[in-house]
Amino acid sequence: MATSFAEAGADLELVGITKRFPGFTAIEHLDLTIPAGSFFALLGPSGCGKTTTLRLIAGLEDPTEGRILIGGKDVTTTKTFRRPVNTVFQSYALFPHMSILENVAFGLKRRRIADAQQLAHEALRLVELDHLAQRRPSQLSGGQQQRVALARAVVNRPALLLLDEPLGALDLKLRRQMQIELKQIQGDVGLTFLHVTHDQEEAMTMADTIAVMNKGEIEQMGAPEELYELPKTAFVANFLGQSNLFTGPVVSAKGDTIVVDIAGRKVAVPRDRAQRHAGEVTIGVRPEKLALSTAEPKESAGVNIVGPGRVVDVSFSGVSTQYQVQVPGLGTMTVFAQNMAFGPVVNLGAEVWLTWTVDHGFGLADDPSAGPRFEPDEDTTQIATQRRERLEAELEGA
Amino acid sequence: MAFGAFSSATPVAAEPAVRRRSPIALFLLLPGALYLSLFFLVPFVSLVLTSFKAPGEFGDIGEYDYAFKWENYVAVVQTYWPHIARSFGYAAVATVLALLFSYPLAYFIGVKLRRFPLWQALALTLVIAPFFISFLLRTLAWKQILSDEGPVVTVLQALTVLPEGAHITQTPAAVIFGLTYNFIPFMCLPIYTSLERLDLRYVEAGGDLYASPATTFMRVTLPLSMPGVISGTLLTFIPASGDYINASSAFLGAPDTAMIGNVIEANFLQLQNYPVAASLSIILMAVILIFVSAYIKRSGTEDLL
Repeated sequence: MATSFAEAGADLELVGITKRFPGFTAIEHLDLTIPAGSFFALLGPSGCGKTTTLRLIAGLEDPTEGRILIGGKDVTTTKTFRRPVNTVFQSYALFPHMSILENVAFGLKRRRIADAQQLAHEALRLVELDHLAQRRPSQLSGGQQQRVALARAVVNRPALLLLDEPLGALDLKLRRQMQIELKQIQGDVGLTFLHVTHDQEEAMTMADTIAVMNKGEIEQMGAPEELYELPKTAFVANFLGQSNLFTGPVVSAKGDTIVVDIAGRKVAVPRDRAQRHAGEVTIGVRPEKLALSTAEPKESAGVNIVGPGRVVDVSFSGVSTQYQVQVPGLGTMTVFAQNMAFGPVVNLGAEVWLTWTVDHGFGLADDPSAGPRFEPDEDTTQIATQRRERLEAELEGA
Repeated sequence: MAFGAFSSATPVAAEPAVRRRSPIALFLLLPGALYLSLFFLVPFVSLVLTSFKAPGEFGDIGEYDYAFKWENYVAVVQTYWPHIARSFGYAAVATVLALLFSYPLAYFIGVKLRRFPLWQALALTLVIAPFFISFLLRTLAWKQILSDEGPVVTVLQALTVLPEGAHITQTPAAVIFGLTYNFIPFMCLPIYTSLERLDLRYVEAGGDLYASPATTFMRVTLPLSMPGVISGTLLTFIPASGDYINASSAFLGAPDTAMIGNVIEANFLQLQNYPVAASLSIILMAVILIFVSAYIKRSGTEDLL
């Protein structure tokens, strides 16, 4: 058991992690390295295996295969309470029979750290809740409980702090505030943060590095800007922000660009921003990179032109207006236009052309119609076997 | 569920400060109030009056006149203090033993079997199953099993664990065993109700915060299941201290294991000494009330009642 505070955050390394539950596979051969001191976000839709990954790291589940290393030390078989890891649970899991102060001091007391009370008060001051130290969790609001949960984890100065959708229950304003606070705390204490979330905006605002997870695998990993500007798969392109995607054959791949034939139109993409350079490929562009024009623009080098299309929907959202443009042969395209003038620039039903700089396009490694990666394993004998094994193991342990 | 009577896990929400009195509420109270006054208050007053009665002038057995003979109480305590002490002693030991047996059982059913609802239901049924047979019969069956010619004594004597000529029945141990056995379901079910709704995420949080499984149990699981433990111990201790079946000579006891219940029974039904029986009953009630309120105060769970 760690009897002192971690000096700094530690590296986390997952090697070939696989986790199977009766009836389905949650994670398939996952490799992941998180450098010490970083704020790492694991982003994905619900059911993608991100919470399972977190629970594996915390020691609340055992991997079916693979190893987990924290700071270079193999902790795969280490019990939860001996791991230098703390978790901020999605449900907060504050002990209802203890005061806020007792909750925060709980971990310190278990490790017999001197001045537990003092340190707990300091942690509560960090989240600005010291004045509520004697209250019970049930007397606090959801946002306050969230901050107590955070203080209870941070006060232990773990080498690795795991955050499981920690801001999910908060309203938008409080969430923004907490995002900033969290980022600040991470900077102040220099721990390694692993943040699991399905909120892409939250992940992009807070994390240094984001790994986008889908169906038990990491689709793409990188800095938020990198992931946004150059998604490599259709899932990333659509989960992280929105994208306009088209599929067609490559007709020429000369020089720095490849040209794709999309329903008779030639669309160019920079060669180094495309994952595949031959055959049927999917290319895309972000909605805010598109420009609308009501007259047909002149052909010019370095610009893609699509049109004419018809505006089928206009929705105003404050800073920008979102247009849906129906382009024959391409389907519906989404355009975000900054509101530089009052009111919409083009009206519903208008005939428009869409243009974007070739440099803004990207080419994907797969196409949007990818089927499920794991076939559901609903064979009942399989489920029954695994259940029985688990029960037997449990009876033995009891 | 009656077993959950004391074990509301949710803290009592703050009542609205002002609540309008409505005649409908009083009207709805009427049947309960009538029932209580008819079947509790009236007999209780009658019991108190009986406890102060004096023997009738003509000295016939079972005839007493209304009086204020408080000396009844003094006499009763002087005569029967060993029975009073024995009752609460046996009941306390049986309660502790029942708790030691029931907690692991309730934990297994309420927590470990949670993922197997069918097994859980089956195990619960097994806990309740003894109630399908009259507890007189069950206690008699134990008398048979533990009797001098019964299998237990024979085997223990063959193994020389028990000396030749020793008994199991008619000893305090047999009475305590009978009490423990008969009240285990009353202990087990409220603890089960508490543990069954224990949120295991608290246990996970304990492990995450460096508490070993043993520490997590002591600091998290046990405190959170305290409402069940309290109601279980009360549901066992209160009836056990007034029990007169297990301790009676016809069952597992002997004259020297008699508890208050046996004395009350004898005075009411055989000796027809109603004032003594009544004052004993009231002493029993008073002592239990004092014990229980001290216990609840100490365990800090007044808000759970």
